[in-house]
Formats: sequence, structure tokens, C-alpha cells
Amino acid sequence: MSARNVVAIIFFVIVAMFLVFIALMTHPFGDPGSAEMDQYIIDNTQRETGADNGVTSVVFDYRGFDTLGEATILFTAVAGVILVFRRLQK
Amino acid sequence: MSGMSKIVKTISNIIFPFITIFGLYVIAHGHLTPGGGFQGGAIVASGCAMILVAYGSLWTMDKIKEKQLSILESLGAIGFIGVAFLGLIFGLVFFKNFLVNQDTIPIFNEIGKGLSNINTAGVLPLMNFAVGLKVIVGLFVIVLVMAYATRPNGGEIE
Repeated sequence: MSARNVVAIIFFVIVAMFLVFIALMTHPFGDPGSAEMDQYIIDNTQRETGADNGVTSVVFDYRGFDTLGEATILFTAVAGVILVFRRLQK
Repeated sequence: MSGMSKIVKTISNIIFPFITIFGLYVIAHGHLTPGGGFQGGAIVASGCAMILVAYGSLWTMDKIKEKQLSILESLGAIGFIGVAFLGLIFGLVFFKNFLVNQDTIPIFNEIGKGLSNINTAGVLPLMNFAVGLKVIVGLFVIVLVMAYATRPNGGEIE
């Protein structure tokens, strides 16, 4: 058995143990974990952002960077589609 | 893809304004009711795609150039990031909602108490409009370019 295979087996065992421990550490199904963030948003979203829709206030205010990433993904998708299909024209 | 029959064109002409107005309503009321920029933009873009299917890609490409659509989508992106940078300038934090809880411009300063007015929520409607414009034009450009590239004799390189 070569050294490469030994390294691969050791790495596999470490990753497998990591995954098993993570699976054992998850909380039971149906039992909510920490709910403090939910309660904070429900209590404070109207006072802090003035919006009635809590989802929009989270998407555009509390997590604006996430929406910026989504907009960037859309821009990249459009640019990619135009780049691919323009070669077929003319 | 050529145009479809006269019946399809007539029905599309009739229901296209209603689809557009409903989509703009969803965008404008994104901070009050379920929906928002992405969802309303998808509705308006589907209406534009219906016109594209009814009239054909050649006719649509004759009426509107993808250069103009590119400029519109860039305007949406610049508006979104510009509002975020205005938050950095006036509120010292990127993506700060600087139009709410302040006294300089009181028209945007209303705090929602259930069933609010449309001028609540500070910069959220502006961001909704920017993202809505971006999604409308982006999805329509995707459908238009793909339909135009698959027209008869469109795939051949001459």
C-alpha cells in the first residue's frame, strides 16, 4: 500500500468521525434550538425598520449583504447567458 | 420563433397591462404585504415573456434592443448599491436604513403599526424598486436572448 493510499484512508476516517460526531450533536427533530433571534425580529422589526412585512425587513435591512449577493448572482447569470448565446448569432 | 395567431396576440394585448400592474403593485407594496422586488419582478418579466412568445423573437428584437435592456439592468444594480452607499454616508453603516427614525425628511419617517401607509419603512421601498427593475429586465433579457438565438437559421454560423 502506497503512502498516498495511507494518507487518503486516514483523511477519510477523520472526516467520517467528524460527520458522525456532528450527526450525534444535532438537536432532536422537531425541537427548536435557540429562538432568541426570531423573537428579537418579531419584537423589534416595526420599531427599527418601520416595515410591516418582517420578511422584507430581514431581506433588505438586517441581511442586506445577502440580497446584494443575490443581485450579483442574477447579474452574472444574465451576463453568462448573453455571452453564450451571442456566439450563435450572426 | 415566429409569432403566433391573431387570437393569441389579441388576448396577450388584453391581459398584458393587468399582469404588469399587478407586478408593479407587488413591488411597490413589498414592505407591507407578502412579496417584494424579486417576486414582483418575476411577475412582470413573465408578462413580457408572454408578449415575446405571442409576437415572436424577431418582432420583439426589432422593437427593443438588448443594449437598452442592459442599461436598464445596470441602472437597477447601481440604484441598489447606491442606496446602500448612501446608508454608509448618512448612517455610517453599509446598508443602514437612514430614512427611518430621523427628523430631517419626515415623509419617510412613519413607523409601521399594522396596516401602514406606503411611505413607511425608509429605504426599503427604494431598494424594492431597484431590485424589481433589475429582476424584470434580467429575466426578460435571458428569455429574449435565448429565444432569439434559437430562431430559424439562427444557430448556423455563416
